[in-house]
Amino acid sequence: MALRNLLIRKTLATPPLGILGFRSLKTFSLPDLPYDYGALEPAISGEIMQLHHQKHHQTYITNYNKALEQLDDAMSKGDASTIVKLQSAIKFNGGGHVNHSIFWKNLAPVREGGGEPPKGSLGWAIDNNFGSLEALIQEMNAEGAALQGSGWVWLGADKELKHLVVESTENQDPLVTKGPSLIPLLGIDVWEHAYYLQYKNVRPDYLKNIWKVMNWKYASDVYDKECPES
Amino acid sequence: MSWSSCGSSSVYSLSSSILVANDPSSKLSKRRFTPNISQPGWKQRRDSSHNNGGVSKVFGYYGLKSPPYKLDALEPYMSQRTLEVHWGVHHRGYVEALNKQLEKNDIFYGCTMDELIKVLYNNGNPFPEFNDAAQVWNHDFFWESMQPGGGDMPTLGLLQQIEKDFGSFANFKEKFTEAALTLFGSGWVWLVLKREAKSLAIVKTSNSINPLVWNDIPITSLDMWEHAYYLDYRNDKAKYVNTFMNHLVSWNAAAVRIVRAQAFVNLGEPKIPVA
Repeated sequence: MALRNLLIRKTLATPPLGILGFRSLKTFSLPDLPYDYGALEPAISGEIMQLHHQKHHQTYITNYNKALEQLDDAMSKGDASTIVKLQSAIKFNGGGHVNHSIFWKNLAPVREGGGEPPKGSLGWAIDNNFGSLEALIQEMNAEGAALQGSGWVWLGADKELKHLVVESTENQDPLVTKGPSLIPLLGIDVWEHAYYLQYKNVRPDYLKNIWKVMNWKYASDVYDKECPES
Repeated sequence: MSWSSCGSSSVYSLSSSILVANDPSSKLSKRRFTPNISQPGWKQRRDSSHNNGGVSKVFGYYGLKSPPYKLDALEPYMSQRTLEVHWGVHHRGYVEALNKQLEKNDIFYGCTMDELIKVLYNNGNPFPEFNDAAQVWNHDFFWESMQPGGGDMPTLGLLQQIEKDFGSFANFKEKFTEAALTLFGSGWVWLVLKREAKSLAIVKTSNSINPLVWNDIPITSLDMWEHAYYLDYRNDKAKYVNTFMNHLVSWNAAAVRIVRAQAFVNLGEPKIPVA
């Protein structure tokens, strides 16, 4: 009992809601890129990678941490309406952090295997679900080009139904908002900041070229882990 | 309001012209554009989009309007390069896409742009043409919302209305900036005159939506799609918004719009001193 009192940070002005005992607020920080900014040239320019990583992703993390702090505060005060009000900021900034963290991992320089087609179980699954790798790429590119405004295009694995899907989400919504059993294997950022400096408004060219630096090994690893023996 | 009731007599003259263009036996359909058409009574519209040679079925219904200033006139606040790409490529792309969509589906012919947008919005369940139509309108409005030597403050009636509805111009500026910076994803920020409430308000919209769909009257706008500022400001949205407020926004254009709006919305009697 004494230990519990020791661990509770806020005063007991409002009774703690059930098991809301000790919880230290974990903040998020910018993950390092597993390659240099210029390593994905000429598919994606170094300038874009640097801005995208150091400015955009960092901003999402900063705002995410801020929103989580405010949420923590509101929760311990029992401020129901503020908790609800913060949800959109958390979804947007948290989604931005989650999505971009995946994005850096699913890209790789050519000399480290970027662009090499998938083999093994993911390769099989792609052929089963889409007919061929080319067909999948075509579908994802079409979906990406058609997306209005800002968003992402995903290759996802449905854990329950045991098949692959191509989905798009708007703004920074993570793939899981389209289905709770969806696991992101590959995501392509089609926000303008991801390609504008290099490709201007020609999003289809960006989509065509990004496959040259796609890290299929990462996608295969995730697939093998989440959907074994498919 | 049913969408077939767009426009009036203009529909009929238009469809006669469409018949001309589609009729393969007609000599006119083989030509791209002939200013001196000897046959009386036929009206041929200028084909503003690219011709594929031979029979031209593309009917250039909407054209790309130039901004009311040269493309380098907004330097150094909005570069010529940005104008060249934003207007010359993005805006032009929307116009051409809209024309291509309309040529397939002429039930929407005969509308003015304002009517077309409301009709295509379909009360929240937009037709596929909505995006292009709305973006064409939005960008026309946006170019006219800026001017070289813009910024500063509104005057006279517009300033009075802003002070009435926001407390002070400084407060309006702060709220407008805040709205622009808290917009998630692509979209626009608007200063609108709300018809029902008869007051000014700041409105954020996503993607291509504009306040016309709610029957409100836009007074000025700011494009917060990344393509609007990325070339000049990269991800520094705050700098872009502040530059717009201080150096680009045209209060002259806004004043003209609110004066026109008063033909539709009664903002009350002006205070005329009693002799």
